[in-house]
Amino acid sequence: MATLEVEGLTKSFGGVRAVQGVTFAVEPGEMLALIGPNGAGKSTCFNMLNGQLRPDAGRVRLMGRDITGIAPRQVWRLGVGRTFQITATFGSMTVLENVQMALLSHHRRLGQLWRPVARMDAAPARALLDRLGMADQAARPCGILAYGDLKRVELAIALANEPKLLLMDEPTAGMAPQERVSLMALTADIARESGIAVLFTEHDMDVVFSHADRILVLDRGRLIAEGEPAVVRADPKVREVYLGSGAVTGAH
Amino acid sequence: MENLVLQALSGLASASSLFLVASGLTVIFGVSRVVNFAHGSLYMLGAYLAWTLVTTLPRGHLGFWGGVIGAALLVGLIGLLVEVLLLRRIYRAPELFQLLATFGVVLIVQDLALMTWGAQDLLGPRAPGLRGSVEIVGLRFPLYELFLIGVGPVVLALLWLLFHRTRWGTLVRAATQDREMVGALGVNQRMLFTSVFFLGSLLAGLGGALQLPRESVNLHMDLSIITEAFVVVVVGGLGSLSGAALAALLIGELHAFGILIVPKITLVLVFLVMALVLVVRPHGLLGKPEAAARGGQGSAEPVIGPAPPALRWLALAALAVAVVLPPFLGDYAVSVLTELAIFVLFAASLHLIMGPGGMASFGHAAYFGLGAYGAALAAQWLGAPMLAGLALAPLMAGIFGLVFGYFCVRLSGVYAAMLTLAFAQIAWSVAFQWVEVTGGDNGILGVWPDAWAAPKLVYYYLALALCLGATLFLRRVVHAPFGYALRAQRDSTLRAEAIGIDAFRIRWLGFALAAAAAGIAGGLFAYGKGSVFPTYMGIPRSVDALLMVLLGGVQTLSGPIIGALAFTGLQEQLVRLTDLWRLILGCIIVLLVLFFPQGLAGAARARWEARHGDA
Amino acid sequence: MLQVSGVSAYYGRAHILDGVTLDVGAGEVVVLLGRNGAGKSTTMKAIMGLVPPAAGSVRFQGAEIAGQEPFEIARRGLGYVPEERRIFSELSVIENLEVGRRPAAAGLRPWTPERLFGLFPSLGAMQDRPGGRMSGGEQQMLTIARTLMGNPRLILLDEPSEGLAPVIIERMAEAIRALKAEGLSILLSEQNLHFAQVVSDRATIIEKGRIRWSGSIPELLAADEVREQYLSV
Repeated sequence: MATLEVEGLTKSFGGVRAVQGVTFAVEPGEMLALIGPNGAGKSTCFNMLNGQLRPDAGRVRLMGRDITGIAPRQVWRLGVGRTFQITATFGSMTVLENVQMALLSHHRRLGQLWRPVARMDAAPARALLDRLGMADQAARPCGILAYGDLKRVELAIALANEPKLLLMDEPTAGMAPQERVSLMALTADIARESGIAVLFTEHDMDVVFSHADRILVLDRGRLIAEGEPAVVRADPKVREVYLGSGAVTGAH
Repeated sequence: MENLVLQALSGLASASSLFLVASGLTVIFGVSRVVNFAHGSLYMLGAYLAWTLVTTLPRGHLGFWGGVIGAALLVGLIGLLVEVLLLRRIYRAPELFQLLATFGVVLIVQDLALMTWGAQDLLGPRAPGLRGSVEIVGLRFPLYELFLIGVGPVVLALLWLLFHRTRWGTLVRAATQDREMVGALGVNQRMLFTSVFFLGSLLAGLGGALQLPRESVNLHMDLSIITEAFVVVVVGGLGSLSGAALAALLIGELHAFGILIVPKITLVLVFLVMALVLVVRPHGLLGKPEAAARGGQGSAEPVIGPAPPALRWLALAALAVAVVLPPFLGDYAVSVLTELAIFVLFAASLHLIMGPGGMASFGHAAYFGLGAYGAALAAQWLGAPMLAGLALAPLMAGIFGLVFGYFCVRLSGVYAAMLTLAFAQIAWSVAFQWVEVTGGDNGILGVWPDAWAAPKLVYYYLALALCLGATLFLRRVVHAPFGYALRAQRDSTLRAEAIGIDAFRIRWLGFALAAAAAGIAGGLFAYGKGSVFPTYMGIPRSVDALLMVLLGGVQTLSGPIIGALAFTGLQEQLVRLTDLWRLILGCIIVLLVLFFPQGLAGAARARWEARHGDA
Repeated sequence: MLQVSGVSAYYGRAHILDGVTLDVGAGEVVVLLGRNGAGKSTTMKAIMGLVPPAAGSVRFQGAEIAGQEPFEIARRGLGYVPEERRIFSELSVIENLEVGRRPAAAGLRPWTPERLFGLFPSLGAMQDRPGGRMSGGEQQMLTIARTLMGNPRLILLDEPSEGLAPVIIERMAEAIRALKAEGLSILLSEQNLHFAQVVSDRATIIEKGRIRWSGSIPELLAADEVREQYLSV
């Protein structure tokens, strides 16, 4: 069974159709990239998947279960981790505490008023950071972390509740080329190892063509191409609306 | 029927005056993001200066209108001075600090006005040429009111043209969104801000001056108009001129007709409408969601760690003094210490909302007062013993915290703060106007402790134990998962929701918890004083709490404690020593904001860290 | 035209620029390359006075501008195009341009909205649209156009290709070449080497707030070890 099935997803803003009739599926362990020009509807599409926006029409199913239009925090409880284009972490907490929060929430212990957080879920949080190569940064506040490291913290947070699906909105935006490659390689490893389906949007074509198993191309709210990287790269329509000649981006 | 028409017309006249004041406030906020508490003071100065000018200048058209315009211009200059000397230096400070600074100006102006014009109400002459009245639907309506009705729309039209048809206006609107970028494009934003302040203050001054023929000039004009102007600006949408006009109309008419329908609770009506508007439209009638204002602060809040050993020793030493010393002090000193303990808890409870919670409250006194009234009403009507009353206090405050908080925590920033103010004013008006139950202005007297706790010293130890216990509990909560969840939703609601945290629920419960804690403080205060009055819930007491928290520093857990001690001690001494305590307190607040923008505890910590390296 | 020498800057106590030295000649396009957080944006902001330099000198057309206010620096003919674009979202395209308008120095052909719409045709088609309702690519063009309205001699372009679709990046490259042809000097910051090499004359590499390498684009393309060490490509 596919991890995520999306069927006929549609959304309009003030009469403008942002997304229309988008249908696709992601399999366990698969890296699926969603690309397209600015304003093509990628973010809108993404926000409907994790419940930040309610679709006008269409269905979203996670492991066969209809999750259309339910709140982000409930979507998360069902096993969907998310990273954001502009990293969102708790700046007044350390790296370790950020991951602890996700674990505490997963275990539904956030209502507790008495026991200090310092002693709760620290070991599994450390283990997660270890896996992402962030163990030595555990005690640093997120507010002063370098951007590339924040992206890793986000990934650790997203993995805390053992998700079945990871939604990553431009996971490498603002990172140096080397960091981009290593972060996506790590993500792919974890995804295959744990059978997590990964759906990501991305503007860096190097990242897309070297890490995606499959690519979806969105233009003006519609899917215009779908398939393996080589097929999508050769598609003349995709070259016209999005990839261009490849002279300035390395997508040749 | 005819009566209703006249009522509607007089509503329009009030709406017009309200709009003048509110438009200035909203224009200033739009550009500088400063919620200017002193705007009401500028209005009051407009009225006083107009009185002086009009009564000094020769009678006649020139004397009157010249006096009014002159007063408006003078107030514009005073506003300009305040901007250049004070606000310009604190644009990067957190929102509430700016508010605090402007409140300092309110206090200063109050005493200066008292010194200059005296305490008695002043009556101005009527406007030449507009003394008579006209006949409308068979009834007489004052000509001057008719004139005022015309002033509002004219000012609105002029302002619209100014903002949309001139380069200056375009620059101002751009600066409203991103002042730093406007500077980087070669615009001298300092001049721009100063000119906006001049315009806004001038409007306030004009509003005040035009009241001269309508009502007497007095020292209470500032706070009464600022509350209404806040309501108008918030209902209309912060920064929106047409919103302010619409809201002024709404509020003006509401006052006019409210008097006919529910004469006793017009105030409640106004605030209820405000609450309703904000619940339905969280950014006011015509307001837009606030884009994160650029060019302001942006650094992350610091990590909360265990208290450094030095601080622990200091706290223990203070506690030892608080326990050992009182038996050697007189009754007066012991009562002062009791109040100190109570205010420490009051401040700590507000800090939970403001610090970890990241919400602002202008109305925290409501829960203090509700606790006090809970205890007093139980004593008065049920003959409850003291301990039952003290138990009821947090319950009453907590329940109302749940009810009011349910609405308040949906909003953010200034809007949330205004809604808390609205609910506090509702609570205050009920206590003030429901005389049969609450005794109204006379309060409830004879709320004394049980015999065993009657000696001042015993009551002090009781208050100390309860306040300290509750304060330490709140501190514990901040270090526990719930407190972390509060901070999580403050740091990033997006991330919090994305890991399953129900941000609304967490904020709501946090708000109610803080309200209950404030209720304990209020209950203790009631038994300590032996009486309760509506002033326990008034704006000044809410501001006191804000002052304590901000003076101490929001970012540290010890801040509110230090702030409460410093503020209560300071105020106590000043009131005893001088009649000009407002002036001195205002100056101290302004200086503190200028030189200790992180609060006292924040400054101490910065100094400590600088000496010891990063903690 | 622009000489930056030994500029250091701090955020709080963190040392973020450490003796940055670079220069841009008249009519030249120089690219500042480096990873995220290397100090590219801060260098731009330090030149513009948005982050006051703690030490060092910034000379523009021979005059010292370090320590001046951003608006004074802008008035000398230095234009700044920020990375985050910072469009005035409630103002229309034409009003955004109006905010940037400043008189041109003698002898310079002044930029007008009409001329800019020639350079960025898509902006001309949406003159009354609020900035907030434009796509990322359109906003990027508007932010450049807005800065050009100030008739600068030199512009600081902070990561203009960030987050844009490849076809839009190609159009951006054309626009930059057109500006260079007008005689404008440009200091560009980039992470995208493909884009940088197409539009620039010289490159300067920054890492951890320090300048590590400077040279021409052909030299950079020949120096594999430099690219590998600092740009990891």
